[in-house]
Amino acid sequence: MNQQPIIQTADLRKIYGMGDIAVAALDGVSVRIDPGEFVSIMGPSGSGKSTLMNILGCLDRPTEGQYILAGEDVSNLDKEQLAAIRNRKLGFIFQSYNLLSRTTALKNVMLPLLYDQDNHRSNEEREEMARAALASVGLADRVNHQPNELSGGQKQRVAIARALINNPALLLADEPTGNLDSKSSYEIMDLLHDLHDRGNTIVMVTHEPDIAKHTQRVICVRDGQVESDGRDGANNCAQPGAGD
Amino acid sequence: MNFSEILHVAWEGITANKIRSLLTMLGIIIGVAAVIVMIAISAGTEATIAEQINSLGANLIIVTPKRGTPGASRTLLYDDAEAIAEEVHGITGVASEQTTTTLIVKSTDTALEMTATGTTADFPEVRDVPVGDGRFFTQQELDRTAKVAVLGYGIAIDLFGDADSSGADPIGQTVTIGATKFTVVGVMAEKGLVADVDYDGRIYIPITVVFQKFLPSQMAADRVRTIYAQAESQETMESAILQIESLLARRHDVELDSPDFVVQTQQDIISAQEATTAAFRSLLAWVAGVSLIVGGIGIMNIMLVSVTERTREIGIRQSVGATPNDIRWQFLTEALMLSLVGGLIGVVAGVGGSWIFGASGDMRTVIVPTSIVLAFGSAAIVGVFFGYFPANKAAQLDPIDALRHE
Repeated sequence: MNQQPIIQTADLRKIYGMGDIAVAALDGVSVRIDPGEFVSIMGPSGSGKSTLMNILGCLDRPTEGQYILAGEDVSNLDKEQLAAIRNRKLGFIFQSYNLLSRTTALKNVMLPLLYDQDNHRSNEEREEMARAALASVGLADRVNHQPNELSGGQKQRVAIARALINNPALLLADEPTGNLDSKSSYEIMDLLHDLHDRGNTIVMVTHEPDIAKHTQRVICVRDGQVESDGRDGANNCAQPGAGD
Repeated sequence: MNFSEILHVAWEGITANKIRSLLTMLGIIIGVAAVIVMIAISAGTEATIAEQINSLGANLIIVTPKRGTPGASRTLLYDDAEAIAEEVHGITGVASEQTTTTLIVKSTDTALEMTATGTTADFPEVRDVPVGDGRFFTQQELDRTAKVAVLGYGIAIDLFGDADSSGADPIGQTVTIGATKFTVVGVMAEKGLVADVDYDGRIYIPITVVFQKFLPSQMAADRVRTIYAQAESQETMESAILQIESLLARRHDVELDSPDFVVQTQQDIISAQEATTAAFRSLLAWVAGVSLIVGGIGIMNIMLVSVTERTREIGIRQSVGATPNDIRWQFLTEALMLSLVGGLIGVVAGVGGSWIFGASGDMRTVIVPTSIVLAFGSAAIVGVFFGYFPANKAAQLDPIDALRHE
């Protein structure tokens, strides 16, 4: 019943600048996300949702507060340690895909395995894993294509395969459909639902209510604080003005 | 990342921009090749000088007046040479040399302005300068101040024409040196220019004639410029030198530790020559070294551009778990690879260039193995030194900023 949460934060603060000009991008955020949840984080520009996402993704450290990721306190780790956490426990899906250009889909997906300090796998093993990951997102026939030979939706699938390859505790998606047409967006959301159904925990940042509707839980951030946290499709976010 | 993966990623980084990488390496290539070629040329020059000096007589001991000693110009006398020949053990021959002032030398139809070299009968053997045609003058001719002359190979042609084609045979002819007529008894074999002396451009006459006719009257009538003694072998050299030193000190009435003469061997002269070329060589090495440093700056420049261009790539790698150390190694390896591949090409170019210089021109080159090690090692050091700053810059990028970089 009382299972270990994937994300547990306590009073996270992120303060930029010093003294009188100090600005709190995050001003006391406490959230708990359990294994198997599919959560949207919504909020207008400048609400602090990107800052929250960066801290949850171990790309940044909070100024104050505690962040426990899958049982490990990561609030005060140094750059080397944070890199190892990103490698082992996190998978990123970005709006702009962030694939290495002039590098095949296969090699892009293998990239996290190169930096895995705990497991030294042979090149054949890594290739095998990457092929399996690409097959699981429906790209078995695009293994040797470079990003410029793939459509937007396909690129995002490669990125998802890359995020999955280290079998992470948490998938973080930052506006995963932001650069896609509606058909591709629909397919990517389908894929994320699939992954969710297979037991993955997913946290997605979006500003599109239509996309947020797909998730069970919507956390709304405003002025660096959690404004609302609605479950089961409830979305109490004050709608931001058009053109975020 | 393990070592082979680091190498692989660095290699991909280099081959992604082939032309640019090649141009970047060019500085290192030229620097390394220059170091090797320049050292090969100066080593070749030194080897030539050493051989030439050694070719002027084997186991040669050279005695000259000490410059700067008061009255030194009159210290070395013909009698000293005769005393060395009589009293020193372990030597096979002694020759002394004195030069006339500049004189007019005439054959029937040519006149030259030059000096004549007065010497003794052992000269051809002691100095290893053989006679080509005819003979050298004898001790008897020396004793009776015979007016005989032996011409250098080139002088014979200048005065009498090329004997092989239309020229007359100079032997038996008369040359006028100053106001005195001499009979030509021999022509030396061709020797060429050795240690700045043109042996083919000399005329040899008995040194006694020089004393009698050609020295200004205010000087000692029998002073000599140089005494050459030939030791029997390498082993007797040292003992012969000691004997000559003590003999001359006794004859000149000076202390052995402050002599008014200098005793040298060819090795001393070679060392002196090398001291002058060493300064030249270190200058060349510095010039080459500077071009290596310029090459290193080129690498740093390109690596900085590369880090900026690939900021997003760095961000992507960081987001999937690359640590600052991973990133640092990636770029450092790339810089090192550029300089090492450049160094390798430079070694090939340097060795090949030295060989071509040696084979085509009249410049002699000797490839010095340590110069290859030195040049290649410098290239590696340059790579690490100039690669570290850009690599560190890459390692310290913030992943969020790097990912946001367009």
